[in-house]
Amino acid sequence: MIKELKPALLFLLVMTLLTGGIYPSLVTGLAQWLFPFQSHGSILKSHGKAVGSAWVGQSFTDPRYFWGRPSATAPMPYNAAASSGSNQGPRNPALEQAVRERIAALKAAAPGQTTPIPVDLVTASASGLDPHISPASAQWQVPRVARTRGLPELVVRDLVAHYSEGRTFGLLGEPRVNVLTLNLALDQYGHEQ
Amino acid sequence: MTLNALLQITLYLALLLLLAWPLGITMAKIYGDAIPPWMRWITPLERGIYRLCGIRPDQEMSWSRYALAMLALNLLGLLTVYLLQRVQSWLPFNPQAMANITPDSALNTAISFASNTNWQGYGGETTMSYLTQMCGLTVQNFLSAATGMAVLAALMRAFTRRESGVIGNFWVDMTRSILYILLPLSLLLSLALVGQGVVQTFEPYRSVHLVQPIEKGATEQVIALGPTASQVAIKQLGTNGGGFFNVNSAHPLENPTPFSNILEMLSILLIPAALCFTFGSIVGDHRQGIVILAAMTLVFTALLILCTSAEQAGNPLFQRLGLEVTASDTTPGGNMEGKEVRFGIVNSAIWATATTAASNGSVNAMHDSFTPLGGLVPMGLMQLGEVIFGGVGSGLYGMIIFALVAVFVSGLMIGRTPEYLGKKVEAFEIKMASVAILVPCLAVLLGTAIAVASESGRAGIANPGIHGFSEILYAFSSAGNNNGSAFAGLSANTPFYNMMLGIAMLLARYWVIIPVLAIAGSLAAKKTIPLSAGTLPTHTPLFVVLLIGTVIIVGALTFLPALALGPIVEHVLMINGQG
Repeated sequence: MIKELKPALLFLLVMTLLTGGIYPSLVTGLAQWLFPFQSHGSILKSHGKAVGSAWVGQSFTDPRYFWGRPSATAPMPYNAAASSGSNQGPRNPALEQAVRERIAALKAAAPGQTTPIPVDLVTASASGLDPHISPASAQWQVPRVARTRGLPELVVRDLVAHYSEGRTFGLLGEPRVNVLTLNLALDQYGHEQ
Repeated sequence: MTLNALLQITLYLALLLLLAWPLGITMAKIYGDAIPPWMRWITPLERGIYRLCGIRPDQEMSWSRYALAMLALNLLGLLTVYLLQRVQSWLPFNPQAMANITPDSALNTAISFASNTNWQGYGGETTMSYLTQMCGLTVQNFLSAATGMAVLAALMRAFTRRESGVIGNFWVDMTRSILYILLPLSLLLSLALVGQGVVQTFEPYRSVHLVQPIEKGATEQVIALGPTASQVAIKQLGTNGGGFFNVNSAHPLENPTPFSNILEMLSILLIPAALCFTFGSIVGDHRQGIVILAAMTLVFTALLILCTSAEQAGNPLFQRLGLEVTASDTTPGGNMEGKEVRFGIVNSAIWATATTAASNGSVNAMHDSFTPLGGLVPMGLMQLGEVIFGGVGSGLYGMIIFALVAVFVSGLMIGRTPEYLGKKVEAFEIKMASVAILVPCLAVLLGTAIAVASESGRAGIANPGIHGFSEILYAFSSAGNNNGSAFAGLSANTPFYNMMLGIAMLLARYWVIIPVLAIAGSLAAKKTIPLSAGTLPTHTPLFVVLLIGTVIIVGALTFLPALALGPIVEHVLMINGQG
């Protein structure tokens, strides 16, 4: 093995330079030239202020806003500097308790609403940063948001429909609504009125 | 399963096989000294590397020298990653001022990335400097992938040699794997991923103003960034699987859209599937490669359907609580705990099956939160020895080992001389094959037993009851087959798990590679015997059945008792509504 150590060491050095130095730098250079918005994190601005990333969810608990998926990041939800899922197993009593509490919170903020809550609205996402909810989960929240904002339900429902995306090419992934974009649009609508 | 599930699965498999075929043929040319003309502009770079490193490309190696060269490079790589982590706080490209990493965690990660496992006891965005990610982890992503491909190239070559003492030059196989295959593909994929929204920057993490301040007073969100796309591309293509961020490809900045998702999923199985065509091409009979690919695809599809159905059926708890759990065009339904809305059930299940069929180990959903049967699929695929596609190189050389055993066993049953591709299969090959098959099994079962029996092993469990046992079994199945995925609730970043899983990863990697190279050496030295009436044909559907049978029987005999104690009994309890 001693005889092989010299070429091994040189090979490691050359490859570190090539795949650890040149390759990521080349990708960074090209990426920032071709996709300046995406490569820096798809940062959204409102009135000149950075208000979030198009791909990173934020915590919404105010009834005036649409709420996103429950987030299991610590120490606060939607901590984009430390992604994490809940990792609760299907029969973990803590999962049952958490889901019950989320159902209770949603129902408390929308008294009298009896339609079943879509499952994605009360289960923690894998990343803790899921930017989306399903269109059904957004529609479920329309009456609450409309009431607390004093807007007609129809207007809010149209807004949700407008910000709902279907499957990519009608086939890939799942239909979804970006919660941050939707809420920014809601605030914008309020300003314009 | 829904119609959309069926369509997405069909599209995935069709695209995979369609892309694998031309790539496989191209790789056969690259390993067979016939670089395609449109790639020859890379050749001066290849020669330059040989000159810089003092490598004589025409000098072929015996199997033992080949193995020593491989071990020397892997050892030096391991030490480099260890040292980088231990001193990263004093080095540049560390905008978040990450601290030096503890010895046990650094060693575990170094073993993990050198052995192509990419088990992660740490969370990327809270632990690693950009320099460590690039010059330590990304480099090993290339080198460990190329190591698997080089060993496979040597084994494939051995079938074509007659009474030869040499099996090729390790450095040439490494250099070609990286320059002609891994680097160009990674470059293309990383740019496509950035176009979808994966980040790629050396700048520090970005602070943004929250639209709604958090109740406890936080008004800002800090968003982790970094040179992500370049690392994600090779972690998918090289069956490495080590995420840039803690939650791997579930992180929206590592995998933001359904389109980035299908690119990353295809990349998991692309090279392992393509290598089957390479194999057929090199041994001069395409049917030999197709038979192996068929066996892999059949097992994969069956388990994928099981996983998708189990996750779509979901958790009875959610029905009891009155939730909407039926899949439709406005909601994914099913078991959405630990999954992302943009991927839903179908893409989480395809990914979980692909990443554990291959020894990739990246995730886009949390396997720990899968239903018991949904979680049984990834666990079982790892326990089959990572040969259903498997790692780049390592999957196919593992499957060829099973083919030798299948030929041997059927030879015994029907009284024919065991031979494979014109080479007699004798005691030495079967002894080596047994070592390669049994050492990983031993690492999994013994490791699990020790962890379950010890205080420090049980201390890591997150979920109570049977699921806690599954977490441990999953961890050792993953490390003991160089996969790297986890039931991530397990707190594995402790000295106990860092050491135990480190040992399992080393055993599973090198005690397969060394016997495989020994077999290559032995096969190359043999005469090639002509086909006769006494030869069991290995290009037929019958051999597909024999091969699948061998893999399943070895896996089932070894792991069914453990699986029965874990996911199977948990499933029974869950459907009976017992808490």
